[in-house]
This record gives sequence, structure tokens and C-alpha cells, in this order.
Amino acid sequence: MPRSITTDDVAHVARLARLQLSQEELTRFTQQLAAVLDHARDVESLDTTGVVPTAHALPLVNVLRDDVVTASLDRATVLAEAPEVEDHRFRVPKILGDSQ
Amino acid sequence: MSPEPVVPAPSSGWETVIGLEVHCELRTQTKLFCGCRNSFGEEPNTNVCPVCLGLPGSLPVLNRAAVEYAIRIGAALHSTVQASMFHRKNYFYPDMPKDYQISQYDVPINAGGWLTLPGGRRIGIVRAHLEEDTGKTTHVGGGGRIHEATRSLVDYNRAGVPLVEIVSAPDMRSADEARAYVDELRAILVATGASDGKMEEGSLRVDANVSVRPEGAEAFGTRCEIKNMNSLRSLGRAVDYEVSRQIQLIESGGVVSQETRHWDEGAGRTASMRSKEEAYDYRYFPEPDLVPVDPPEEWVASIKASLPPMPSERRERIAEMSGLPAGSEAVVTVVRLGLDDLVEAVGAQKADTKSAGGASQAVAAIAVKRAANEVASDLAGAANLERSFFAKLVRMESSGQLTSAQARTVLKSMLEAGGDPEVIAEGLGFEAMESGGLEAIVEDVIAAHPEEWARYSEGEDKLAGFFIGHIKQATQGKADLKSASALLRSRR
Amino acid sequence: MTATFGVLSVAASVRSGEVSALDVLDAHLEVVASHEAGVHAFNEVTAEQARVAASMVDGIVAGGGDPGPLAGVPIALKDNLCTAGTPTTCSSKILQGWHPPYDATVVQRLAAAGAVFVGKTNLDEFAMGSSTENSAFGPTRNPHDQTRVPGGSSGGSAAAVAAGFAAGALGSDTGGSIRQPAALCGVVGVKPTYGLVSRYGLIAFASSLDQVGPFAMSVADAAALLDVISGPDPMDSTCLGEATERSASRLGSGVDGLRVGLITEMQGAEGMADDVKARLALAADALAGAGAKVDQVSVPAVTFGLSAYYLIAPAESSSNLARYDGVRYGLRAPGSADITDMYLRSRSAGFGDEVKRRIMLGTYALSAGYYDAYYGQAQKVRTLIIKDFAAAYENFDVLLSPTAPSTAFEIGTKSADPLTMYLNDVFTIPSNLAGHPAVSVPFGTGDDGMPIGVQVLAPALAEPVMFQVAEVLELLAPPASLSASRRSLRAPGAPADRGADL
Repeated sequence: MPRSITTDDVAHVARLARLQLSQEELTRFTQQLAAVLDHARDVESLDTTGVVPTAHALPLVNVLRDDVVTASLDRATVLAEAPEVEDHRFRVPKILGDSQ
Repeated sequence: MSPEPVVPAPSSGWETVIGLEVHCELRTQTKLFCGCRNSFGEEPNTNVCPVCLGLPGSLPVLNRAAVEYAIRIGAALHSTVQASMFHRKNYFYPDMPKDYQISQYDVPINAGGWLTLPGGRRIGIVRAHLEEDTGKTTHVGGGGRIHEATRSLVDYNRAGVPLVEIVSAPDMRSADEARAYVDELRAILVATGASDGKMEEGSLRVDANVSVRPEGAEAFGTRCEIKNMNSLRSLGRAVDYEVSRQIQLIESGGVVSQETRHWDEGAGRTASMRSKEEAYDYRYFPEPDLVPVDPPEEWVASIKASLPPMPSERRERIAEMSGLPAGSEAVVTVVRLGLDDLVEAVGAQKADTKSAGGASQAVAAIAVKRAANEVASDLAGAANLERSFFAKLVRMESSGQLTSAQARTVLKSMLEAGGDPEVIAEGLGFEAMESGGLEAIVEDVIAAHPEEWARYSEGEDKLAGFFIGHIKQATQGKADLKSASALLRSRR
Repeated sequence: MTATFGVLSVAASVRSGEVSALDVLDAHLEVVASHEAGVHAFNEVTAEQARVAASMVDGIVAGGGDPGPLAGVPIALKDNLCTAGTPTTCSSKILQGWHPPYDATVVQRLAAAGAVFVGKTNLDEFAMGSSTENSAFGPTRNPHDQTRVPGGSSGGSAAAVAAGFAAGALGSDTGGSIRQPAALCGVVGVKPTYGLVSRYGLIAFASSLDQVGPFAMSVADAAALLDVISGPDPMDSTCLGEATERSASRLGSGVDGLRVGLITEMQGAEGMADDVKARLALAADALAGAGAKVDQVSVPAVTFGLSAYYLIAPAESSSNLARYDGVRYGLRAPGSADITDMYLRSRSAGFGDEVKRRIMLGTYALSAGYYDAYYGQAQKVRTLIIKDFAAAYENFDVLLSPTAPSTAFEIGTKSADPLTMYLNDVFTIPSNLAGHPAVSVPFGTGDDGMPIGVQVLAPALAEPVMFQVAEVLELLAPPASLSASRRSLRAPGAPADRGADL
């Protein structure tokens, strides 16, 4: 069973999720997440040996579409929503290294 | 980071281990999960819709043709085509509209398999799975270098284009073998119809996992993943560089750290891509917007049945027909250039003319050589070449009706303007020669002038005229002088 | 005020030419004008577009054409359903001002059926919440008592119907977000079988649980709306095939001989109020009195539902909400030094606390080293819940439970403690995890005079029998002081008067 969530854990997941937290938020969120995870301990302690996980309650397989071209969006409409555009492309601040 | 000098690879004591990940864009009409056109080189952000832009509320629907191509690839690579599902690979990058990539994780559509290199070595395939491509980021300012750019621009035309990622086992032991693998894989992908095989347009992209270990060791060394190699040549260079770097690092007491490295073609070296502490944690989980893919057996069987023979099978067949080794350059060339049908045409001709079985391999071998040399060097002209006339030419050569030099001359003419080799040979006056007559005369002339021949053989080219003059004299001007020159050169 | 207010009665009156769609719309807009300031059900009232749509319906009627089964019916849309050209915000700053270039499939279907859209309703940001207090644009208030919450996350839609701003509404239900506010506002709310209704254009919270469903004043109206929006959609891979039976097909059949199971685990659950418990018992008695065989049934795994849900839903949402990164649309924090800085600042400025909590919770549940213990284990609990429900449905046609543990609570009383807020969903979550349908039907009021709902649960695609039972509960519901005022607005011939047939 995992240990209780710490402020370091919360800082780590916030970073993974690209959220910036103040010290006050970090403390508060850690307490709140710990309470929810404590409540979830009943799930952790449940014996699920041999139980197959359900990703989906659906009885479906092989939902496929035909390889037929459909209309794309008008570029002006698409770019009108963009915060910044340059040369018909979405402009973003510089990328430091590989975020992958 | 400090520049790392290129050093020559120490020649012994270390073994190179290479595994390759090849991303292959599929030649579907539309993208993997939406009906936007899958097409290269269009105006930026014109082939986009709510789905491939990852707009809120949009949902993916899987393209049947992409699944079919994936199965074709799997079948061609001797993989097990199996029930599979999609997962989300979560990470932030601006070229990924949803900030996750829909890919396959623990249950790919194709598991296991192998391909056979021309030399006969079998390279294992771990998996070949379906996933979506990302958009294209252009780094602007700072001369296009990612770390000097002031901003980046994103075009999502490529986002959502279907890819099959083919992961090899770490079975390759040299840069040459890595190149041979990619070359072979490319031929297979093109043969399945799944890919156009264009590395320069990015429709085939190769990442290499490279490590070194002491010769004889069983455990693998720590590997580095090398990205950004745009050609077979850069693949070879990058692997060689990386191997040297790792050996030098270890020999000087250092430790290779597992990381992704970027190949800089201009600088001729790899460099670490990691900018800071950022840990990789893709948080894969089953894609809830898609249902599993479980291709019915009949579908897989019909796809397998529709596949053309793969390059290795074709090489085997040509080898069997001609008696030449499957890995020989001529056989490999014939298959690579798709000239098998010329060799087959000779086989068909043979049956018609009921010639002796024993001679057939030799006949096919001549066909292979002519195809791999003359035809291969004039592929445009190959369109003029009628299969039956090629077969006829090969038979004329094999029966001694034409010398090999004459046959080459006739073939070149056929490639230039088409036509019946018999007619062409007649026009060139070859038919007037006794079978093998020119060769005999050339031999005689050579034998009569040993001193001149020795000088000519050592490179005194102007003596060719001397010999041609004697040959002309001996044949009363009937000899084809081109053939005579070729014969002289071939004896030298 | 002679205009009719129910879905079916409006449609019938408009189709027959008895009343114009424009008059119906104006009558509703008048109610909006007088009460919206207090209730705050809408993020945007789309009066102008509604007038155009209503006029078109009237034109079709005048020309003798078929204006569709929902001709002139004023509908409110939860603001997480994409509407082409009309801002769709999810009540989040991060999407403020975004204009979708396309309509959600359900929106297209309603429009094609002649419905008229009154506006986009408020919600807990990205549908994360049970009170509609987590909205970037301020809370919605319960029309029955404006000091109280309407429930959530589809609080705006529930309030819009309860207040008479629209004849019906669409919401989305991931863990109870339609049924719980329906119960708290005294209206009918339906969570359909997963896959019955297209999710295309529903802005995702937790994709494997989300389902669009209707709100209405009556069971028959809700079934009618569901029949229009349901059905396969080539744009949604998770849609089921064509239903064999319409949702409304068994209305009016009574419950004689039907087997109704009272879920044991949902009668003494933590935090469940006595008045809710009493109403549930009354509902069970009423069904028994109408001829149903009512018995206790144990569905043990449902007690793990809440925990499993609060791992699965945040996990999926952490991925679904990654795309709000300031690159292609929505909010971007200005002046960022580099892309990571822009991500951090845009997302931190654009999302509210509850969204941040769930994203972090979900990221944690999926992260290396914790996946198996949290997300993986929760998916197994899901299997157990499905199994236990299947066992229960071997002996019962439908199951019965409360919808929410209590009546509507005062604004601000639960917002400081996320876990207490999460407990509101304890009875509704299991249906989402199983992919089953469930409906909340008003069944009298609590000690505080506020509405109470009871929930009818059914197996996958058993909407017809679910509505069959719900309708009988509706007919036998004790007179409710507050909801009575709304019911009196019904025109003669509206569903509530059909009780005589049963």
C-alpha cells in the first residue's frame, strides 16, 4: 500500500501536470489530496486477485470508419481562436529541450 | 554542454549493440482518427479538423485502412497479428494537439516477428504498433537551432497521420547492419503498399538505440537513443559516432547515462537533448475514447493472401533460379529494383523452347547479370524493354549466338529504342560472325602481340587502337568495334 | 399566461399551430428576465438565435411542413456542449471566449427535431463538482431557495428547468451530475446507458463515465428528449448500435408484477439524512402498492464505488484537460519566457482549485509506481461493481435508491472540504462505473421543504422499464409544497394527468 502523499509528491505531480502552485496552495492541496486518498484506502485494501480490470463498460470491438476524406476546417476560423499566429501557424514561446 | 570530439572507433575489444525504432507513415487517404487528408507538403494548417486539432469535445474514430496496412506490415514481418487496444501516452509538447499521443502500449496489433537481411541474418522484430503522428514544429530565430530559437511555429497538418512504429530487437552489431536493416525494412514496407519509403520527406523515420559491451559479455551496456537521422548515410554516421563516444567515455573511466541524443548532421556528432531534471513519466492508460481492435481471422487471412512476395522471398527465388547466392550484389540489385520479372521471363521462355534443364540456371544467371548491370544503369530505358525480347537476348548470349560484349551492346540499344535483339544484332553485323568468332580472333591477336598486351594491361590505353586495328584487319572489317573494345577491356 | 411549459405539450401545441414557437419562447424569456438575476442558471442567454430558430419552426408549421418532434420546445444546454459560433466555456476561465467551430451531435439532433436553444447553462468548472459553486462565473442558486445550491455539476440546467426558463435541458453525468441536481431542484434527470447518447461535442471530463442526458419536469418529457438525442453516431466510437426499443415505449404500463430491488448498501450510507431515508421507504411502499414486488437486495461492491470513482475520473480528466495549454485556443498567460513557463502560468491562471485538485489527484493515480495501487485497482473495483449489479438484476428488473444523501445544502457549507462534497455522489456513482442508466424522480420534500429525489437504476439499455417505474413514482409522489407550484403550470393533457389510465 502506498504511503501517504507528501508535499514533494504534490509538487512532482503539479510539475507533470504543468500546474504552478504557491507554497500555501501546496500545503492546502496536499492535505486535501491526502484526505481523498485516505478515503480511497478501502479500494487499495480490497482483494482483487484474479479480477480483470474494466477500462470500459462497453461490449464493443472494431469500431472502424472508411478511409474517406471529409471536409477540413477553414484555416481562418481555426487560427482566429489562436492566442498567437505567425505565418499561418500557431506561435509559441521558445521550446527548451525536449519535453518528451 | 561541451563539444565532444569525433574519435575513430577502437577496432577491437568492444561489441556494438543496436536496436532500431522505425516510424512509418501509412499511405492512407485520411488521418488515423479523422477524415482530414493525409498528404505531405500542403499549406500549413489546412488539413485540420476538430479531431486532429484536439478541440474540446472531439473524439477519435479509427481508420479501417490504417488497421489494414498495420496488419499487412505485421504479416510481412512474420508478426503475430493480435487483439489490441490503444493507450494514451501523456506528455506536454506543442506539436501534440491533445498533449497526449494515442498509441499502443502493452498490447500492440503486431507482436514479435523478424526480417531477413540479404546476407541471410535474421533480425528480430519486437512489435509493430499503430499510433498517431504529431504536428510539425518550426523553430524560428537563432538560425533554426532549437536551443537558440526565439519562438516556434506549429503546423498541425501532420498531426494524426497514421504511423506504424516498428521496434527491432537489439540484434544489429554494426552501423552497416543497421543500414542494411533499414534498407530491407523499407523495401518490405514499400512492398506491402503501406509506405512510400521516403526518408527525406520524413515518411520513414529512424531512431537508434545504441550501446556497447565488452566482447563476449552477455549483459547489455547502457543505451542511448539517437534521434534526427534523415538518411541511411546519417544513420551510419550517427551510429559510428555514438559507438566511439561511448567506448571512449567508458575507457576513460566514465559511465554512459541512458538518455536521448540528437544527431547533428552538420557537426557530425550526437548531443544530449535533455535540458533539465524533467523525469519521463508518460502515465499510460487505456484510451477510453476507443474500443479494442480484434481483427477477425478471415480478415487477417485475406490480407495475408493479398500480400505480394517480400524481398527476401524474391531473392531466394532468383537465387534458386540462377544459382547465384541470395546475398550476392546482382541478386540484391535485381530485387531492389524490381527487375525480377526479367529473370522470370527468361524462365518462361525456357519452358517454351524446351531447352535442357541443366542449362537453365546458367541462363537465368546471365539474365540476372544483364538486369543488374545494363538494365539497372538505365532504368528509364527499361520501359522500352519487352520481356520476351530480353529473354531472347539472354538466350542468344547463352547459346553463343552473341558474345557477352555483343549482347551488352544489343541490350543497350534495346534499352534506348526497344526492338528485337535478333534484328538489332543483324543490323550491327553481329550475325555474320561465327559463334564465338570475335572472341577467338581477339584471343589470337592478343596472343600474337604479348609485349603490347602486357603494356596495355598495365594501363597504356592508347594501345587499344593498335589491337582494334589488328582485329579489324583479321575480320575484314566485319567485327563490331565496340564489342571488340569491350572484349579487350574485359581481358585486361 | 396560456403558453404550455412541458416538452411534449409545447411540441404538440406548436405542431398543431395552436400556439407559435415564438410565443412559447417569449413566455420562457419573460421568466428568464424576471428570475435569472437571482438564480444565475445561464452563462449566456441566446435569445437572438432562439428567436431565429423559433421563427423558422413557425414558418415550417405555416407552410404545412413537419417542424420535428420537438417543434418550438425551449431547451437549455449545459455549457460543456459545443455550439458552433456560440461561446462554450465549461464555466472555466481557460475557455472563456472560445467559439467552437462545430455543434455537438446532441445539439444537432435537438435542432433537427425543432428545439429552440434558450442559452448555455452554468456548471461546476469542467463538470467537476456537486454544487455548481466551482464556476468561474459565480454559483447558480436553487430556484426553490436561493440561499441553497442547485446541486451539480449540471446545476444550471437543473435550475433552468425548475425555474421555468426552459421546458427541458441537457446536462452531462459523470458521477451523478444530472441526477443529483435534478433531485435537489425537484425535476427529472436522466443518466442514460453509456453509449446510448453520442459524446461528440461534449467536452470531456472522464471519458469512460461521461454521458449526456436530459432534464425535464416530467418522466414522459425526459424520455421524449432522450429518444431524440440517443442513437449511434459515426463520430463517437463508443456509441452503441441502434436501440431496439424507444425509451418512452413502456410509459403508461404500470408496475404490476415488476421486481424492484431496494439496494441495502444505499439505505444506511454515511451522511444520509433521515428525511431522505423516509422518502425512499415511502417510494418503495408506493411501488409495492401499485403491484410491484419490492425486496431488499445487496450489491456489496457499490460501497467501493466512491473511492474507485475518485481515482478513475480524476485520472481520465488529468489527461483530457492537458490540451488546455494556451497554444491553439483559450487562455494564454502573456509574456512567458519559454513554453514550459507558458504552460505553467496559463494553466494555473485558467483552472480553478477543484480542477487543479482533480488533475493532480489523477496525475498521481496514473504516475509511475502508483498506477497499480490506484488506477489499476479502481478498474478492478469497476469489474466487481458490474458483476454485483449483474447478480442483482438476475432477480430484479430495476433497483431503487436515494439520489442524494440530503436535500440542497446552503451555498458555501461544503466547498471548503472536497471529501464532504464528494460524498454527495455516493448513490449516483455506481451507475456510471457500470455504464448503466438511472433516473432521478422528484418524490416529495424533506423536513426543510426542499425537494427530494429517488433514483431508479436499471441494467444497460433497460431505459424503457426504468422510465416505466419512474413514471409510476412520479404519479404516486406525495404532494410537494414547492414543486406543486411548478406542476400547476402544466397544460391539461400533459403527462401527469395520464395517471387515470394506470
